[in-house]
Amino acid sequence: MYDYNAFDRAFLAERNAQFRHQVERRIDGSLTEDEFRPLRLMNGLYLQLHAYMLRICIPYGTLNPGQMRRFADVADRWDKGYGHFTTRQNIQLNWPKLKDVPDILDSLGEVGIHAIQTSGNTIRNTTADHFAGAAADEIEDPRPVAELIRQWSTDHAEFQFLPRKFKIAITGSPNDRAVTRAHDIGLRMVRRGDQVGFEVLVGGGLGRTPMLGAVIRDFLPKADLLPYLEAIVSTYNVMGRRDNKYKARIKITVFENGIDTFKAAVEERFGETRAQFSGVDQQILKGIEAQFAPPAFRNAPTEAFDAALAADPVFRAWADTNLTEHRAPGYAIVTVSLKAHGATPGDASSAQMRLLADLAERYGHSELRISHEQNVILPHVHKSDLPTIHAALAREGLATANVGLISDIIACPGMDYCALATARSIPVAQEIATHFRDIGLEQEIGALKIKISGCINACGHHHVGHIGILGLDRAGVENYQITLGGDHTETAAIGERAGPGFAYDQVVPAIERLLRAYLAQRAEPAETFIDAFRRLGPAPFKAALYPEEARDAA
Amino acid sequence: MSRRFTPKVVTANDLLDGDVIYLTADDRWTRAHHEAELIEDEAHAQLRLLFAAGQPARVVGPYLAEARAGANGPEPTHFREAFRTRGPSNYPHGKQEAANV
Ligand code: HEM
Ligand code: SF4
Repeated sequence: MYDYNAFDRAFLAERNAQFRHQVERRIDGSLTEDEFRPLRLMNGLYLQLHAYMLRICIPYGTLNPGQMRRFADVADRWDKGYGHFTTRQNIQLNWPKLKDVPDILDSLGEVGIHAIQTSGNTIRNTTADHFAGAAADEIEDPRPVAELIRQWSTDHAEFQFLPRKFKIAITGSPNDRAVTRAHDIGLRMVRRGDQVGFEVLVGGGLGRTPMLGAVIRDFLPKADLLPYLEAIVSTYNVMGRRDNKYKARIKITVFENGIDTFKAAVEERFGETRAQFSGVDQQILKGIEAQFAPPAFRNAPTEAFDAALAADPVFRAWADTNLTEHRAPGYAIVTVSLKAHGATPGDASSAQMRLLADLAERYGHSELRISHEQNVILPHVHKSDLPTIHAALAREGLATANVGLISDIIACPGMDYCALATARSIPVAQEIATHFRDIGLEQEIGALKIKISGCINACGHHHVGHIGILGLDRAGVENYQITLGGDHTETAAIGERAGPGFAYDQVVPAIERLLRAYLAQRAEPAETFIDAFRRLGPAPFKAALYPEEARDAA
Repeated sequence: MSRRFTPKVVTANDLLDGDVIYLTADDRWTRAHHEAELIEDEAHAQLRLLFAAGQPARVVGPYLAEARAGANGPEPTHFREAFRTRGPSNYPHGKQEAANV
């Protein structure tokens, strides 16, 4: 795994010292809030509904055990003993005090973690496939390139004041687990002959105007990546709209100018940027790649795993949902669900973080990942260790066998924490999860993605949920709009609005009607909700959601 | 077009802790909504908001929030303001944690 060098460490220390001074000057009154706000946001510090919130970066979702333990220590010492993992592969602390934030940042800096560019109109954390370097379907580990992008984009002088925030996602697998089509730039590794390069997508994004990215280059050689990214971002920096915050994202720039015009401008700029990159970036990439060398996988028998599968139905159920095929023989990828029924999606207590760190160290080649679906991954686990790991996870409430099922919900913080929210998300997720478990339909329904956002900003990815739920404020009352048919994978789609919204206490009954209609009409038990939706179209599902209107129309 | 002024309280976040605070009639900041000054007059509301805005070393982002008279003092009318008086739904954190029960 990549380790920060002396330059990175010195940079972080200096930056934290600068921020400490700014916090002191805010507290003693020499800085007004208007002066301080942009400075705190540059360091990931928001002011939310009930407290400050610190958003900390986890580059491409990869962590080592020491870093995970440090989150636990920070949460215990300066927060309320837990952290919230987000769809951006960040972690958020919900209750820090202003005066403590410099200490928190210093403590994180010691293990190479920071909060720089987790806010503001800059290039944010580049997110990646959470199974990178482990997945059986992968062309190449995308993380060395993601690290190269991190080094290029951090403190990039020209890109500190873009028209709006800028998000890049990267996958090395044809099965897209990084939602590349919903990012400002999506990068998908492709192979052409014996060369690996990128399909480059541009102009995707969720929020109030959801759009899927368009292909700007179907094959970009790897060596051209940074100059090409530089060309895209600097073209956007010039062409992007600064007159209207809601039209400032690159998706609008691409939409308003057309992909061809935008592409022509990028290609022209690329002519200049390519000459500026002398190839040093490729040397740096080589060095980074060496640090991402795969761990020394061991060759060992897997009978213990097979025996546990046969003997223990609880273990079997967990193995069925929470394991993914690894590229190395005898290994598995473990997804640890942070979605215990009734829990807050994405939250982990400090005890849970410490256990995950220990397990990664003892059984997981010291690697952890945070997924955009708000779960934690142990990417390299030998199958013979799985029964032990499962038992240890169970003791900390981390063995829920629900990955990919209805209770594995993405939910943003919503109005329980977020100052921008128009309704709550978390309790809606909690109620859906417990309800479908209690009525015994979770397994029967099978693979399903429900995603919930507490406002149009769509941090909970509701647009790309098979079932999306958007919380709104309708005349002072929480109201929830449902979208159907979204897809976050390589077959990405934006869900369509089903009809009028539902009152808070009507959401779970509405989802139940919807899913009972699916169960009644699916062609066979193996037909998933999204497949049935695609085959049948929205009509039967809308009829289930709005039974009265169906009757009126009859 | 003038709309009838509806009662308000002045609210903000505390600079040091970030939590929700309210302005009282005797110029203090309180964490309890029912201790806030319920302002029924529009001109007075503007004055109180200016008074709050003049304390940048104490409060962040003061604004006027809808409220109504209740049995024990002002009560919030909108659900957002109601949540701000309590804390989040998923944990006993925020104000409800320290509630004098
Ligand atoms: C807590 C404070 C947060 C604030 C103030 C905030 C603010 C915003 C805003 C304003 C947008 C819309 C941007 C635009 O379209 O121009 C947005 C989008 C988004 N945010 Fe957040 N957000 C917050 C938390 C989160 C969290 C917790 C997550 C992950 C769970 C997240 C992930 C995203 C994602 C994925 C999008 C949509 C993708 C896109 O930008 O196109 N945000 N956020
Ligand atoms: S979707 Fe809205 S409510 Fe949810 S975190 Fe984003 S800004 Fe906040």
